[in-house]
Amino acid sequence: MKVKSGLVMLALCFVWVSLVRAQDSQLVQAAKKEGKVVWYTSLALPSSTALAHAFKTRYPGVEVEVHRTGSQRVLQRVMQEAGAKIKNADIIHTSDAGHFVLLKEKGMLLKNTPRGVEAFPAGFKDKDGFYYGMRATLSVIAHNPKLIADKDAPKTWKDLLDPKWKGKEVTAHPGYSGIIMTHVLALVNVYGWDYFRDLAKNSLHIVQSANDPAGVVASGERPIGVNGAEYFYYKTLKQGNPIRIIYPKEGVPLVVSPIATAKDAPHPNAAKLFTEFVFTKESQQLLADREGLYTGHPDVTYPADKPKLKDLKILSVDGDELEKRNAEIKKRFVEYFGA
Amino acid sequence: MPAVGTDTLANARNRRWLGLRAYDPSLLVWLGAALFLVGLMVFPLGAIFSASLRDQAGLSLRNYVAVFTHDAFLAAIWNTVIISFWVGLLSIILGGLLAWLVTRTDLPWKKAIRALVMASFVTPPFLGAFAWTLLAGPNAGMLNQLYRTLTGSENALFNVFTMHGLIFVMALYSFPYAFSLVANVCDLISSDLEDAAIILGARKLRTAWTITLPLALPALVSGFIIAFLQALSLFGAPAILGLPAGIHTITTQIWTLFHYPPRLDLAAAFSIPLLLATMSLIALQKKILGRRGFSTVGGKGGQRRLVKLGWGRLPVLVLVLGVLALSVFLPYWILLKAAFSRAWAMPLEWSNFTLNNFNFALFQYSDTRAAIFNTFKLGILTATVGTLLATLIAYITNRNLFPGARYLTFFALAPLVIPGIVLAVGLFIVYAQPPIVLYGTIWILFVAYLTKEMPVGFSQAESTFKSIHTELEDASRIIGANRLTSLKDITAPLAKSGLIAAWCFIFIGVIRELSVSILLFAPTSKVVSVVIFDLKEEGQIGAIAVLGILMLAVSFFIVFGVRWMLDRDLVATRE
Repeated sequence: MKVKSGLVMLALCFVWVSLVRAQDSQLVQAAKKEGKVVWYTSLALPSSTALAHAFKTRYPGVEVEVHRTGSQRVLQRVMQEAGAKIKNADIIHTSDAGHFVLLKEKGMLLKNTPRGVEAFPAGFKDKDGFYYGMRATLSVIAHNPKLIADKDAPKTWKDLLDPKWKGKEVTAHPGYSGIIMTHVLALVNVYGWDYFRDLAKNSLHIVQSANDPAGVVASGERPIGVNGAEYFYYKTLKQGNPIRIIYPKEGVPLVVSPIATAKDAPHPNAAKLFTEFVFTKESQQLLADREGLYTGHPDVTYPADKPKLKDLKILSVDGDELEKRNAEIKKRFVEYFGA
Repeated sequence: MPAVGTDTLANARNRRWLGLRAYDPSLLVWLGAALFLVGLMVFPLGAIFSASLRDQAGLSLRNYVAVFTHDAFLAAIWNTVIISFWVGLLSIILGGLLAWLVTRTDLPWKKAIRALVMASFVTPPFLGAFAWTLLAGPNAGMLNQLYRTLTGSENALFNVFTMHGLIFVMALYSFPYAFSLVANVCDLISSDLEDAAIILGARKLRTAWTITLPLALPALVSGFIIAFLQALSLFGAPAILGLPAGIHTITTQIWTLFHYPPRLDLAAAFSIPLLLATMSLIALQKKILGRRGFSTVGGKGGQRRLVKLGWGRLPVLVLVLGVLALSVFLPYWILLKAAFSRAWAMPLEWSNFTLNNFNFALFQYSDTRAAIFNTFKLGILTATVGTLLATLIAYITNRNLFPGARYLTFFALAPLVIPGIVLAVGLFIVYAQPPIVLYGTIWILFVAYLTKEMPVGFSQAESTFKSIHTELEDASRIIGANRLTSLKDITAPLAKSGLIAAWCFIFIGVIRELSVSILLFAPTSKVVSVVIFDLKEEGQIGAIAVLGILMLAVSFFIVFGVRWMLDRDLVATRE
């Protein structure tokens, strides 16, 4: 009896697996017929190109068109195209969780729940199933150890306000970067707007992308980055550049970047296949190993020289609040920093 | 086709006198071209005016009030005025001096110097600005590093992320306009007056100051105005050098008004003062130059003798080459270095050498190939259609084909007073929402480029037609050709070299265009300049350098190709 039920179970399992396989191959066929997937992304250009390359290698015959720009620009393009009734984007991916609240509310997203995301932590999932966090990173402080000795370097967010750093700091822009948008809101929630008003007195060099401070710090153009994407600092560091990353004790803003399928995606099957691919363990592990990102996947391991998220004090920001305060944050930032 | 083969010359004249072209089937083409041109201008400008005057409630001046009371907007206007003024002034000083040296003195290597000025002219200002961030960033900039090594100082020699830096860099790429205007005039001034001054005992410098300068004054003033306008309408350079220091100009401010949530109404209202400023400056320039308009061609009179620089020849040459190093040698060198380095700020050693930037920019990043393809497609399309349209229009105005034809000149030259970004605002309002949606395709860029480049093509074509007599045309008309056929078979071949030049001017203008493209591109219709700006925002320095070099290489290829082709061509037609 036991053996019999065991056999039945085995058979059922087999049937289920082959059903899934059949579904998969159907999806692959349909995706190949569509030929390509158009990806509007804010993931750093080298990283998104690498991921697209991995996908193309896995599914030859399905191209990935990578359109990379800052999170806020991605939203601008999506909205401009919607206004002109242009259907071009299949997949939308930015680092501003507020965008997805907005896009969902406007009915511009397609429900697309990839396999395996049930196991992701709550902060990576939309309760209605429209978007899921593809990757995460931190916004950190960094300095150039060739120009500033480690013992003198700023360790906390408040250290950055010291007038002795005047003309030595670089910031990225919340009007471009979703990571910085999240960063600003996280710190405003802790320190209030006074923090940024005081920071601006140090005559910061203003760049756009959260990835750009890494290059600016490494070249020594400004030896201190007051924010910036940790994964990009990490990558730049790994390429042999002089960079030291500081994870402030008072808390580090965590930025979870959602990915979603556009409601009017011209290549819905390719979009589904790409989304499935992105959330497989292999892809998530690739993001962690090659790109220095954090992910929501429970089985992914991280390079030994990166801190574990659970060892850090994390500052989280709510997507709804980001959406509501987007305009305010941009306006205040420009008011203090001039551009 | 009507049987006009037996018409007499008198008959043909007669019809022209009546001002009627009803017998000529090519009339449709002429009228079509004229209407098309008028439409190109009227739609976007009309859209801007109407958008600027509307808000949710209907007609209102609220947008204007918002623009002229908001501190940030006022600061942007003020910055723009300051920057443009100094750029204008620096440009005529640099351009004027160089032009005088090249045309009126015995300075050696004149051809090379002219070629280098041409190279500064061909270099897109946003590329020059980008190169200067690597050269004169206050800390990592190569020149500042060198300065610190040499002097042991801790300070920077020059910080390019300031108003001064912005003015300096913009002047480096605006002075060629002043140069060409002044050089043209200096070429025509005869030495008689200068000789008289010298006979009366004036020294060389005093002669230059009291005789040559006043004679060149109209050219200097209009050089100032052209450089001022150039500075006013640039987007890339202020975005790359100004924004990092928190400095906004009118163009960068208009660009931010397009960010989500877009404020097209404010952008439109903010465009109007820019438009009015350029219009009044062009009007002023016309007044100063008298009836000569934009051409500075005149007769050559008297003899011209060169001023001997004597012992000053060599120092002056070094100085001149120094100036050109700032606009050409140094920026090109740093672009090359960045293209071949892993880390641009590190010394160029073997361990720092890489070809990876080329591999990434040209093969791995899918956007670039599409953008290069789009850029060439748009360049060729715009240049071809633009030359064709300009030829038709110039022909109409030149031969006065129908009543009121001369007013077309106004429309063909009107884009001169429309800064690129303003044109883009108008086109976006018209073509980014139904009924006519061009946004999202390269066609909106095509329309924009065609409009923007029309004055260039038109003035080239017009001056060419002016120099060709109508006799041959009349002959072909008498033996039965219609207007279009005689233009195609007789006049256009004679005008070939001028039209090729027009084609190339338009092509180069298109491939380097940024201030229009930045508002009108969509992810599917990116062009190289936009990709470069995108990469700049992310700080992908190596890839920018690669694309920048590619863009320069193509431009120079065209410039030298034309020179080579026209030299032969010109000789052939003159004979």
